[in-house]
Amino acid sequence: MSAKKETLGRTVGVVVAVCLVCSIVVSGAAVGLRSLQQQNAALDKQTNILEAAGLLADAKGDIAGTYKARVEERFVDLNSGDYVEKPSADYDMYKAAKDPATSTKLEGSNVGFQRKPNVASVYLVKDEQGAVSRIVLPVHGSGLWDLMYGFLAVDADGKTAREMVYYQQKETPGLGGEVLNPSWKAKWDGKQLFKDGDVAIAVKKNASPDDQFAVDALSGATLTSNGVQHTLDFWLGEQGFGPFLAKQPWKS
Amino acid sequence: MAMSKETKKVLFGPILDNNPIALQVLGICSALAITTKLETALVMGLALTSVTAFSNLFISLIRNQIPSSVRIIIQMTIIASLVIVVDQILKAYSYEISKQLSVFVGLIITNCIVMGRAEAYAMKNPPMMSFMDGIGNGLGYSFILIIVGTIKELFGFGTILGFEILPLVQNGGWYQGNGLLILPFSSFILIGGLIWVIRTYKPSQVEPKE
Repeated sequence: MSAKKETLGRTVGVVVAVCLVCSIVVSGAAVGLRSLQQQNAALDKQTNILEAAGLLADAKGDIAGTYKARVEERFVDLNSGDYVEKPSADYDMYKAAKDPATSTKLEGSNVGFQRKPNVASVYLVKDEQGAVSRIVLPVHGSGLWDLMYGFLAVDADGKTAREMVYYQQKETPGLGGEVLNPSWKAKWDGKQLFKDGDVAIAVKKNASPDDQFAVDALSGATLTSNGVQHTLDFWLGEQGFGPFLAKQPWKS
Repeated sequence: MAMSKETKKVLFGPILDNNPIALQVLGICSALAITTKLETALVMGLALTSVTAFSNLFISLIRNQIPSSVRIIIQMTIIASLVIVVDQILKAYSYEISKQLSVFVGLIITNCIVMGRAEAYAMKNPPMMSFMDGIGNGLGYSFILIIVGTIKELFGFGTILGFEILPLVQNGGWYQGNGLLILPFSSFILIGGLIWVIRTYKPSQVEPKE
């Protein structure tokens, strides 16, 4: 411990040097590994779409191949419900929702976000013969802590739910986090989304498994359950995929 | 290279004789949270071992340059950088596990074992020994995590590393999974039990009565 070590200039010098080296190492790692991480994130998204498509077990680990063979991404104008061309090469509906040029402001929405994109992605799932068997709709809305992002799989009739898969959420583990519980997810299969043209599906307490318009709410997670309800109300309604599901352009 | 007695002591001592969790009771928080499955326990042990080893190495390399008035800050800077690098590597090469470990990789920064070894050992000892000390303490931490993770996964889910050992009733087997063991707090009981076993085997670790 020499006295020289403790001068102001030396202390500042050592701190700056350490910080510089550390920041170079950290940014080097972040930049060097970015492409791999993005690949992983894309693969993770495809995995979740395949789960919603009910193809995860069939894929047997070949996520990218199965996705390519069985899933087709199309773009839908949310106002008209018709297919449109892909707006740009790297179109992302969540980025588009932030740009006033490609999104619409929502008035008095309780779904947790202020703008919706004009054009949304949908994923058509095809069976072996190439006919559309399910439509996977990207949905998001606020839960208790943050926005929850998921995929709702709808049968080719446009009215029957098949899967509800959340892939990004920050709900309380054990309570709201139970949206990921396989036994809760299984409750969605076969539920009817619409009754006389209106959104009828309800997430409510003590829903009977026989009630085809209701899914049992998560116990201890009222706000998460409400969030799921608002998300579905919005995305299945007139402002969301309602016109698309009514027109059923995948059949023509 | 023949290992000297000192190196051996530094490397293997922390596993039973001077275990960071069982004797020093450090790093309990993450040990409770991520031991539900053996796989996450293994990855967490590996991540912590590499962070402790390299933070000890780098801190020891510059230990004579570090002004003692800001030494904790410099240690934190080095540890935090290493943790970010480990987190990035996990995200790139093992995305599923990094999603499961979530915040706990980031929380290695606040793990007392890393700070404790840097301050207590690396500041006073040469780089190679500090590196060995880091690996040794990481192994001690991993050792407890692996035991707890194995017990919890085997009796909670009936699997080891995802392979079915005890077929669960839900899947048509005979074993009723122990739901208590899936919850984080059961690690408390298990770690407590381990400390008891180790101290019965090595009575010198028992603190004198006050």
